[in-house]
Amino acid sequence: MIKIPQRRIVVTGIGIISPLGHNLAEHWSALKEGRSGIARITTVETAALRFHHGAEVHGFQPEKHFPDGQIDFLDRFAQFALVAARQAVADSGLSFSGQAAERTAVITGCSGGGQSTEDAVFVALYAKNANRVHPLSIPRVMASAAASHISMELGILGPTYNVSTACSSANHAIGQAFWLLRNNQADVALAGGTEAPFSFGMLKAWEALRVVSPDTCRPFSKGRQGIVLGEGAAILVLEEKERAVQRGARIYGEVTGFGMSSDARHLTAPGIEGPARAMKAALQDAGFHPEQIDYINAHGTGTAGNDPAETMAIRQVFGPHAEKLAISSTKSMHGHALGAAGALEAVATLMAMNEGIIPPTMNFLESDPECDLDVVPNQARKASLEYTLSNSFAFGGLNAVIAFQSGDKARSCMPW
Amino acid sequence: MSDNLTETVLDLIAGTKRVPRENLEIDTTFEQLEIDSLDALNLVYAIEDHFNIAVPDSTIRSIKSVRDLTEHLRQILAASGTAQNSAS
Repeated sequence: MIKIPQRRIVVTGIGIISPLGHNLAEHWSALKEGRSGIARITTVETAALRFHHGAEVHGFQPEKHFPDGQIDFLDRFAQFALVAARQAVADSGLSFSGQAAERTAVITGCSGGGQSTEDAVFVALYAKNANRVHPLSIPRVMASAAASHISMELGILGPTYNVSTACSSANHAIGQAFWLLRNNQADVALAGGTEAPFSFGMLKAWEALRVVSPDTCRPFSKGRQGIVLGEGAAILVLEEKERAVQRGARIYGEVTGFGMSSDARHLTAPGIEGPARAMKAALQDAGFHPEQIDYINAHGTGTAGNDPAETMAIRQVFGPHAEKLAISSTKSMHGHALGAAGALEAVATLMAMNEGIIPPTMNFLESDPECDLDVVPNQARKASLEYTLSNSFAFGGLNAVIAFQSGDKARSCMPW
Repeated sequence: MSDNLTETVLDLIAGTKRVPRENLEIDTTFEQLEIDSLDALNLVYAIEDHFNIAVPDSTIRSIKSVRDLTEHLRQILAASGTAQNSAS
């Protein structure tokens, strides 16, 4: 049987704005130095909340990025996405005109959409007894707004949409973009995630779910008390490899596989079988053996339930090799950015491979026998990483895992 | 022994979990009732609403039975100055 060569897809641009910085250099410096962006919440009054800590993007001034007229159209989550997309495209050196515009896609992951806009609408109606709300409330709130704004500003004419699968949104978006390019439906894709969940109503709703930590996020550690909410956006430029090599683009790494599954079990409780099946599917899609994997950027939320379940799922997939894996949860530093989480973590994974440095799991107090893998506690570690996974598992049992290989590997491999 | 508080808690469990009230007693465990983490959230929400109190996150994680819940509730109500038998 003749094997038809598959198109290979590499990452040639990264843009990011996160609680750790307003660009890639700042974000990555914080990750490798173990600096956490978790602090007291400043954008929302928390006196009436049981938790007071979050991972916010500090010092973001929209007027420095957008003219007055444009700001009216943009909720905070769309502002983040546009800033990240501009950076990613500038980093890649690409521009979009003619046929290239039609062969470029934009796929964002965003779960909640314009939360601060929605909150303002409700405050106006129910608290201030107003009889009218801002006329752009609907287009600001829609979770697909970021994808639309990116396509409009950059003149991108290909497939453009948003994926909303709670905490797996960005991984689903990046994975779909990868498959779209591999299947020759486009040559370039801007893919990632964005989220800005800090509104009083949203924080109250998270409080009611009782999964938010009162202090900080301690993934896989004894004494962990839950998630810390985060915000931000990260956008990757995915590009067909031959095209990228020909134009001499910088290659951050290769996206090699994508795996999805559903737990079909519970609306909030984490599963084991579902995540394990998603990791296996990603490995199979990439053509990797489990023993090849060096590092996993874990979903690692820091809840009582997720971390032991993810540990068991990893053990189920990797068997004895699980002991050799380095695993870390960068949510300990950038918080849980929900629909953007997978994108922030894809950036962490790609940079870890590029620089040979594993970002640590911070705020780690003491080993938990139920989470007994090597989670790189509290201090970054030098390591040569060739093959990696990035896990995202969402409420409702929606699991999405991406497999990467290093840029060196991508460049040196023969094209079939 | 049962009192008004216990009776009220049992009524609230029967209502939120939609189980016959006569199947419930103070030593019934959440496991027997198949109360999972989301059911527990719903139940505590109903209790907070009924008594107009706040139940801490740590309490929710530690309660495993009707008796646990009632005892925690008794302490919270005492601390908040609400009479134990004020439940209607």
